[in-house]
Amino acid sequence: MPFIPHTEPDIQAMLASVGAPSIDALFDEIPAALRTGKLNAVPEGMNEMQVTRLMTERAAQDVTLLNFIGAGAYEHHIPSAVWQIVTRGEFYTAYTPYQAEASQGTLQVLYEYQTMMASLTGLDVSNASLYDGASGLAEAMLMAVRAHKGARRILIPASVSPIYRSVAHSIVRLQDIELVEIPFDASTGTTDLTALQQQAGSDFAALVIPQPNFFGALEDVDALTQWAHAQGALVIALVNPLSLALLKAPGQWGANGADIAVGEGQPLGIPLSSGGPYFGFMCCKQALVRQMPGRIIGRTVDLDGKQGYTLTLQAREQHIRRAKATSNICSNQGLMVTAATIYMALTGADGLRRTASASHANTQALVEKACTFPGVKLAFKSARFHETVLQLPKPAADVLAKMAAQGVLGGLDIGAHYPQLGSAILVCATETKTAEDLQRYITALQHALT
Amino acid sequence: MLIFERSHPGRRNAAQAPLLDAQPSGIPAALLRTDKPLLPETSEMDTVRHYTRLSQKNFSIDTNFYPLGSCTMKYNPRACNSLAMLPQFLARHPLAPDRTGQGFLACMHDLQEILKDVTGMAGVSLTPMAGAQGEFAGIAMIRAYHDARGDTARTEIIVPDAAHGTNPATAVMCGYTVKEIPTDREGDVDLDALRAAVGPQTAGLMLTNPSTLGVFEKQIQDIQKIVHDAGGLLYYDGANLNAILGKVKPGDMGFDVIHMNLHKTFSTPHGGGGPGAGAVGVGKRLLPFMPIPLAGKEGNAYRWLTEKDLPQSIGRLSAWMGNAGVLLRAYVYARMLGAEGMHRVADFATLNANYLMAELAKVGYTIAFPQRRASHEFIVSAKALKDATGISAMDVAKRLLDKGFHAPTTYFPMLVAECLLIEPTETESKETMDAFVAAMKEIWDEAHATPDLVKGAPYTLPVRRLDDVKAARELDLAWKPNA
Repeated sequence: MPFIPHTEPDIQAMLASVGAPSIDALFDEIPAALRTGKLNAVPEGMNEMQVTRLMTERAAQDVTLLNFIGAGAYEHHIPSAVWQIVTRGEFYTAYTPYQAEASQGTLQVLYEYQTMMASLTGLDVSNASLYDGASGLAEAMLMAVRAHKGARRILIPASVSPIYRSVAHSIVRLQDIELVEIPFDASTGTTDLTALQQQAGSDFAALVIPQPNFFGALEDVDALTQWAHAQGALVIALVNPLSLALLKAPGQWGANGADIAVGEGQPLGIPLSSGGPYFGFMCCKQALVRQMPGRIIGRTVDLDGKQGYTLTLQAREQHIRRAKATSNICSNQGLMVTAATIYMALTGADGLRRTASASHANTQALVEKACTFPGVKLAFKSARFHETVLQLPKPAADVLAKMAAQGVLGGLDIGAHYPQLGSAILVCATETKTAEDLQRYITALQHALT
Repeated sequence: MLIFERSHPGRRNAAQAPLLDAQPSGIPAALLRTDKPLLPETSEMDTVRHYTRLSQKNFSIDTNFYPLGSCTMKYNPRACNSLAMLPQFLARHPLAPDRTGQGFLACMHDLQEILKDVTGMAGVSLTPMAGAQGEFAGIAMIRAYHDARGDTARTEIIVPDAAHGTNPATAVMCGYTVKEIPTDREGDVDLDALRAAVGPQTAGLMLTNPSTLGVFEKQIQDIQKIVHDAGGLLYYDGANLNAILGKVKPGDMGFDVIHMNLHKTFSTPHGGGGPGAGAVGVGKRLLPFMPIPLAGKEGNAYRWLTEKDLPQSIGRLSAWMGNAGVLLRAYVYARMLGAEGMHRVADFATLNANYLMAELAKVGYTIAFPQRRASHEFIVSAKALKDATGISAMDVAKRLLDKGFHAPTTYFPMLVAECLLIEPTETESKETMDAFVAAMKEIWDEAHATPDLVKGAPYTLPVRRLDDVKAARELDLAWKPNA
């Protein structure tokens, strides 16, 4: 019986204490007609040796290619110390810190995390995380609608990841919130200010500004922020946290800064692992903190005046407010945030900046070489962070398949989402890529194109 | 001490930074950052010590009995962690072609099949990232079902007053209004109130069974009939699935849709608050509406099923496919248990709860529903103790921490005064529970002899009771230098 410690004498002594003739008798309140028979689709149990063999064989069926796909999930070096500490049982097997005195480790980590994220985004406060970047964007939209108190429309550029737009739509549409798509400029790949101007005077709660956007291109965040604020709307910054080591923090956009910043925390020490678990971060201005969803940690003092940490502002949350809560969210991605905090502590501002700039430099070098092939060109002329769109002279799917046959994941085919771009791939080279890796990409691309 | 207070300007951890220190080329100055973010400048060793020491300030399953009701704090097998972290699983990009992830996809497909069987549902989607998101998916599917039939007058979700707070909050997020119905003296749903509540406006009922009161809802067949006859659908909150795993299938009870907290019943770690995984199961009527992606199998090959395969899906709830690594852990656990192991989960979770309830009653504690069997958890009310000694449920909880036990869930469900919701889980031994009972006996005696001692607890933890009012009034949510 895996993980059940009872001996036969234990069972008998316990039944005697309860006054029940058998374990089965403990289920006598369940109507007999409902009792389950055999579980047919569940295989026989395995011991650890057997399941290790099974999983090792399954893992061996997964082929790891040299990866140049980003698109919202990025391959970065993760210091060994991060996951060795994160998987300590004291972090790994603790619950949400409801009993603050017995959870000061988790609570202090979360307070340090909130400090780091508030600083990275240049905003006043951070929550203790949400599920992931895409669902976090949806929560930011709901928050903006609550804060704006009136409009139920959100302007969202087409240069935001199509996956994120799809997730946000799934979540916010049930509250009758409309997402209004703003087209991008064909030459820059950034939000079209002329198109945006057509929304002037219309009633909307917020403008989403992605930086970098899905194409890796850098938006004119100052102008966009100014425009939205002049319209009386909030600004939701959708940012890559690693990029903030290099790029202007959302709190500094325009004259007054973005109001809310959200994004995917995965670049900060979380492995790719097929897409999860990751974490969504959310920061905002002080004035909006009571509209923020999710757990928030505050510093306070104990009976003896000693500093300590506790869950705070719980009056926003479902377990207190029930139907009137800011969100139904009950958890945060605590373990992922623990990893991100240790990651940022180990790299520091200097390491984070070097990681960001090395990723930027690798992508610059890669696209420069790729564009020497006839017919391969940059889709957009704007500045980029560590990702960009290449247009190809042959169908993207064929080129990528041929590159994969040579062991290279050459990028993401985005033609289906953006037919106007023709044969187009989104390419990313992070700091993990060596000069030899870049050369392997170029060689694979050359073969695929000839 | 905070990590920021261990920071020294100019100290670098060179081992964790790229060698290249290039200035970014081609980015306009107006878009660049000019200030340095507030991140610590510490050595790797100091950082490792800092976070290792912080970990030691936590209670956890690996270090303490953690009988937190409704949270199912059972042992998290280490094999689940190490096998989910095999390098090929960690390295796989979510957008890598399906054919490069056949091993991972096979695990996800198998897990869907296992969960279908144990819940008695027709389909399972693994994508919701937590119980609350599973609830969202479930209620969104109920709405999609009614909408697809043109049955748009159904605007109300019925929720018993004993429900988790996520239930009413979810119904609101899905655009519904909430109708709350009371619980009867036995801890069951008040059937008359339910009959009075249903009507053409009823979209569905959300029910936890066994309920948060720790008892099996005996009248489930009647409830099922009342809701279905009114045209509503039945939602099963799987928070307490551990109590019936292998004993009763929610599908057999008549539920149309369920979510499972895999971080409870399938033993994935709670991680200090997450990540969880809130897989949803559906009956035949809701199959077309499941959240995507699903793991599909064609011949011997696996692939993700998307919008193209399920055009009526409620859509995507996460950027990729939910908390993949958590799902791998749940899969390893399910394979280790096997069919026999799953039958035994409910057996021993229930035996432990009933034993602990009987032993605490012998000490003198008031059991909220003494006439009922405990499911996998039960409620002690400290009201009589408080009336006699002034010692509240919170005082008992804090004093338990001094004795090395994590506290039970306190003040939930709100229906029972001075409530302690206690769930031992099946993985605890008799000796551990006996030690817990002994601690509760000591606290009982202290409450009567030296109540001030109990009111001042805890004394042995890194901090004593914290000032929550100050925390909320004088918000300090981020450290500031020179503050």
